Amino acid sequence: MTAPNASTPPPQLTLDEVAKVAKLSRLSITPDRASAYQGQLSAILGYVKQLQTIDLTGVEPMTSPLDMGSRLRDDTPGPTLPNDQFMSITPEPAAPFFAVPKVLGDGGSA
Amino acid sequence: MDYPAANVVQIAHAIRTKAVSAVDVARAALDRADALNPKLNALTQTFHEQALQRAREIDQSIAQGQPLGPLAGVPIAIKDNICTTLGKTTCASRYLENYRSPFNAFVIDRLIASGANIIAKTNLDEFAMGGSGEHSCFGPTRNPWDLSRVPGGSSSGSAAAVSAGIVPAALGSDTGGSIRQPASLVGLTGLKPTYGRVSRYGLVAFASSLDQIGPMARDAQSCAMLLSAIAGFDPRDSTCAQTPDEDFVELARTSQPIPMRIGIAREGRSDANHPAVSEALDNTVRTLTSLGIECVDVSLPHASLGVAAYYVIAPAEASSNLARFDGVRYGRRAKLAPGEGLLDLYEKSRSEGFGPEVQRRIMLGTYALSSGYYDAYYNTALKVRRLIKQDYDAAFAQGCAAILMPTAPTPAFPIGQKSGDPLSLYLEDIYTVGVNLAGLPAISFQAGLSEDSGVKLPVGMQLVGPALGEAQLLRLVGLFQSASTWHALTPKL
Repeated sequence: MTAPNASTPPPQLTLDEVAKVAKLSRLSITPDRASAYQGQLSAILGYVKQLQTIDLTGVEPMTSPLDMGSRLRDDTPGPTLPNDQFMSITPEPAAPFFAVPKVLGDGGSA
Repeated sequence: MDYPAANVVQIAHAIRTKAVSAVDVARAALDRADALNPKLNALTQTFHEQALQRAREIDQSIAQGQPLGPLAGVPIAIKDNICTTLGKTTCASRYLENYRSPFNAFVIDRLIASGANIIAKTNLDEFAMGGSGEHSCFGPTRNPWDLSRVPGGSSSGSAAAVSAGIVPAALGSDTGGSIRQPASLVGLTGLKPTYGRVSRYGLVAFASSLDQIGPMARDAQSCAMLLSAIAGFDPRDSTCAQTPDEDFVELARTSQPIPMRIGIAREGRSDANHPAVSEALDNTVRTLTSLGIECVDVSLPHASLGVAAYYVIAPAEASSNLARFDGVRYGRRAKLAPGEGLLDLYEKSRSEGFGPEVQRRIMLGTYALSSGYYDAYYNTALKVRRLIKQDYDAAFAQGCAAILMPTAPTPAFPIGQKSGDPLSLYLEDIYTVGVNLAGLPAISFQAGLSEDSGVKLPVGMQLVGPALGEAQLLRLVGLFQSASTWHALTPKL
């Protein structure tokens, strides 16, 4: 994915770009699916492009409807759910831990 | 009491005064669920045993003269993206199809404390992403007015269950119109509260700066009763407003109407509207005027950019929120082949677990946030979001108590009509997304009926209020419903 000029993003995604976005999204998609997504995502991005046609000079981005921002609490430990409740919903429990495949060595590239 | 037709207030009153027992009401709801759900696919789960047991306990409390919550014995259904320790919380996703929440959402604890009887959880577009109810791993929900049509979404099952008279009220969630648009398409009253009015603790997050839980029911009075139960301060949601608990039923009482000014959004009078929608808008203005309410034209000049801004911001937030589904801690975990590692676990679990619409939105959001595109898409959308908010502020500054516009440009469309073309479905959200971007409260209510080849379909209008203006919206719709009968129409099933 080549970084574009901020004011003129490409309206059309290539299949390579779809594959790259899928990878960043931690999704594996079949070639059929990639082709469908290419058309659909391109159409949506083409529509969204109209945002870039208006003058936004001096307009501050608005990340939340709340003027005050998030309320913070004191950083003090409090009660939490007991470990066995977490273990009861994990697909492969290794109580009291969550099990993951081997990460280092031949365990993959995550 | 005629169960399927009664509203929340009537059912609560009948139980409290022993005109009917909570057990009889629960049975009526469960029987209707059993009879109608095979047609509608509105419910993901029904809680027969637990609901009857709770009803027995409520009847016992009444017999012993113990204090009762305002919703004692009233059957309620819950959208299945709201966490309950009762049953599963599936989000209509293969990823969470067997997930059991170890905790209740804030709104669930509040409903239980109010005496409500949760009898079922309802179908939805997967993770609340969709406007038709078709994107569910359990299959599409059907519109009780015409089973070949969508009920709208994403709170599709809540809408269909209330419209069909299975329950008198349900909870939905609204990120871009997901309470209001289905309410419009099945003929209900649905309220999206102000951002921060209702705690999001226990609502499975889709787009955290837009999501709100709210009630869907036959009328404004019923919505007011549910809102009184679920609104209030919760320290576990850092965006929850520090407002006191309020009695919205009392605040919305219609016995003494006061003159008010309503703005009619010019942008809501589009040529793209279905003729029945335009007609319902004109009729609503006439009814409100006859009630002594002054109706003036207002303009929301950036409203047309709402869908474009929303479909950058909501997917961006979704791509971040749904990163938690990694195959490790809960939900689906893919089987790995020898030699596959952690990255494969992430990719396989997510690809097996998420349906196409969820994958599409995650990819869209990931793209909009990725290096080189952030400014062009995400930051630009956030600036447009502020302009949309400022349009509403300017309209309210003209002395308008609320702004009227259609909820959706068309009545319910046939199942399958828009599948394969996600953009055409997104464009149906033109009148609803701006409210979420601005964080405002809005209420949809039935205001007309379209008739086409013998098929009758409800048409909804919405009133948008200033922040924390729910009482005024409920009051206005209550007034409208005291002067009209649209809300009393029910589908023939």
